[in-house]
Amino acid sequence: MTMYADAPAEKAEETPPAAGPQVYAAPGAEGSVVSYKPRYDHFIGGRYVPPAEGQYFDDITPVTGKPFTEMARGTAKDVDAAVEAGWKAFPSWSRTSPAERALMLTRIADRMEANLEAIAVAETWENGKPVRETLAADIPLAIDHFRYFAGALRAQEGGVSEIDHDTIAYHFHEPLGVVGQIIPWNFPILMATWKLAPALAAGNCVVLKPAEQTPASIHLLLDLIKDLIPAGVLNIVNGFGFEAGAPLASHPRIRKIAFTGETTTGRLIMQYASENLIPVTLELGGKSPNIFFEDVAREHDAFYEKAQEGFSFFALNQGEVCTCPSRALVAKTIYDGFVGDGVERVKRIKQGNPLDVSTMIGAQASNDQLEKILSYMDIGTQGGARLLTGGERADLGGDLTDGYYVQPTIFEGTNDMRIFQEEIFGPVLALTSFDGFDDAISIANDTLYGLGAGVWSRDGSQLYRAGRAIEAGRVWCNTYHQYPAHAAFGGYKQSGIGRENHKMMLDHYQQTKNLLVSYAEGPMGFF
Amino acid sequence: MTASKIDVTPAAADLLRTLAGKHGPLMFHQSGGCCDGSSPMCYPVGMFRTGASDVHLGDLAVDGFDPVPVYMSASQYELWKFTHITIDLVDGRGSGFSVEAPEGKRFLIRSRMLTDEEVAELGITPRFPLRAQPLPR
Repeated sequence: MTMYADAPAEKAEETPPAAGPQVYAAPGAEGSVVSYKPRYDHFIGGRYVPPAEGQYFDDITPVTGKPFTEMARGTAKDVDAAVEAGWKAFPSWSRTSPAERALMLTRIADRMEANLEAIAVAETWENGKPVRETLAADIPLAIDHFRYFAGALRAQEGGVSEIDHDTIAYHFHEPLGVVGQIIPWNFPILMATWKLAPALAAGNCVVLKPAEQTPASIHLLLDLIKDLIPAGVLNIVNGFGFEAGAPLASHPRIRKIAFTGETTTGRLIMQYASENLIPVTLELGGKSPNIFFEDVAREHDAFYEKAQEGFSFFALNQGEVCTCPSRALVAKTIYDGFVGDGVERVKRIKQGNPLDVSTMIGAQASNDQLEKILSYMDIGTQGGARLLTGGERADLGGDLTDGYYVQPTIFEGTNDMRIFQEEIFGPVLALTSFDGFDDAISIANDTLYGLGAGVWSRDGSQLYRAGRAIEAGRVWCNTYHQYPAHAAFGGYKQSGIGRENHKMMLDHYQQTKNLLVSYAEGPMGFF
Repeated sequence: MTASKIDVTPAAADLLRTLAGKHGPLMFHQSGGCCDGSSPMCYPVGMFRTGASDVHLGDLAVDGFDPVPVYMSASQYELWKFTHITIDLVDGRGSGFSVEAPEGKRFLIRSRMLTDEEVAELGITPRFPLRAQPLPR
């Protein structure tokens, strides 16, 4: 994977047996690099606070399907306290210098880097994704994200406009206040970082609600960095969407709400935002096309191998990525050979214990996610699609037998089928062919969504034309699934509103203060 | 028997009764998109505002309580109109604002294609014309 340049540092003293693959011990088990606490409360006003209603819920690892810690079950009272704590901290936090805020972000990054292995193993345990991804992608990307926004903030400038010789318009960036952020479960720490880093850099205070499937890893990270953050600047309320998410999104004292998830909740959040007249940013997923033009197969060289890897990328993170390239469009003229090679490559994807560094695909994040994916296998078959590989739950036996594992699956069909139009959020590829450039673009755009897309060609002009013609916010050209902090990410069409990543994200957490100043010595002359 | 586009399993109906006892009349809106998308969201009536962009698929009968209306956005319905959906129940917790998540349960859609007879009886019009797309090979 080339998601991040620096390979994670190995801890030499903790290297397990030299022979065979390295398998991390489960958090809390003997020899593990990390342990979760038995319980996590809310983090409000710089300290841990039990839930107002006194209730907790189990956090389950998808690796084994068993609970491993318990979380405070938040309600409106907890959200109220968190918003209050945010406003208490805001007057001083909003007046800190950019240098001071940037320093906090870089210190958070340094602390994370020093604990990368522990955070990565913890993240894998809670989410089910392979530890090689958390070690090489999730956590390094999160670290870099904090550093990026530390730098972007320092380099940000306001504006000075000369209206006339005596009149000047100054434009200042000012923070919004207390903002709400609702985090998804597919990249719990990275997605929290995407929202936190720009919000904190810009001088806002945050009330964050982690996903109910994956609330603990964010607290594990918080334990490592909480001494770096002034009290009340970051508040975390755990809980269910209905009980804690809705009270946060509808809270009359937040100044913005950011959400990553699905369309119905996205609409509900906009509805709340309309009642409170606050801005929203929404990232709502997609059904991303991955287009392979004829010249990809002109030679069977390194580029062909790269494109084959691109074809297989639907299985990254078990397909639980908003930009999962879940529709493959292959030129009719190369279809049989390219797809034949692609299917063979997908069959070689190694599924196993997510804590084994050689595992390529781990567990789906939750039982309901597993059930939904299996229901789509049924929809695919019923809809007339042809199964080329996979198609079933995977039973890995032993301790993993109750974990939520699904075989990487490829269905061949047509773009009007439901499996081509609906986001499954699993390792399920919908594959079809196209006949020429116009047909490729037409199929690619025949979707309600427009988040990601991939285009593969040896012809730079064709890449450019296809990339511009596809209605999506992120078009990867001869690559896929790279998420650098300095590239804007967000959706066209029903995939959402606003962007994440890139310095433009600071604008999403700032408002513009204009001082219009007259330096004229005398009156304007009206009265 | 009269054709319908929707149904509910006994397990899901049982939970709807429990939830209606706690939260009052309920409704469903089918979601799309990532994470918990492609799943039915259940809300107390009045929490989620439907509008001209939604299609009312029908009402689920739940003994002893108000019928539970089921909605879907019109754009998504265009792709689902030949599908019969049954709302089922599995263990889980979702991640939207659906009302059942705190119970440790999640509503889930089971699908089957409507028969030609059902399509005729329900008066479902053909899809927006899509380009002819023969199966590859």
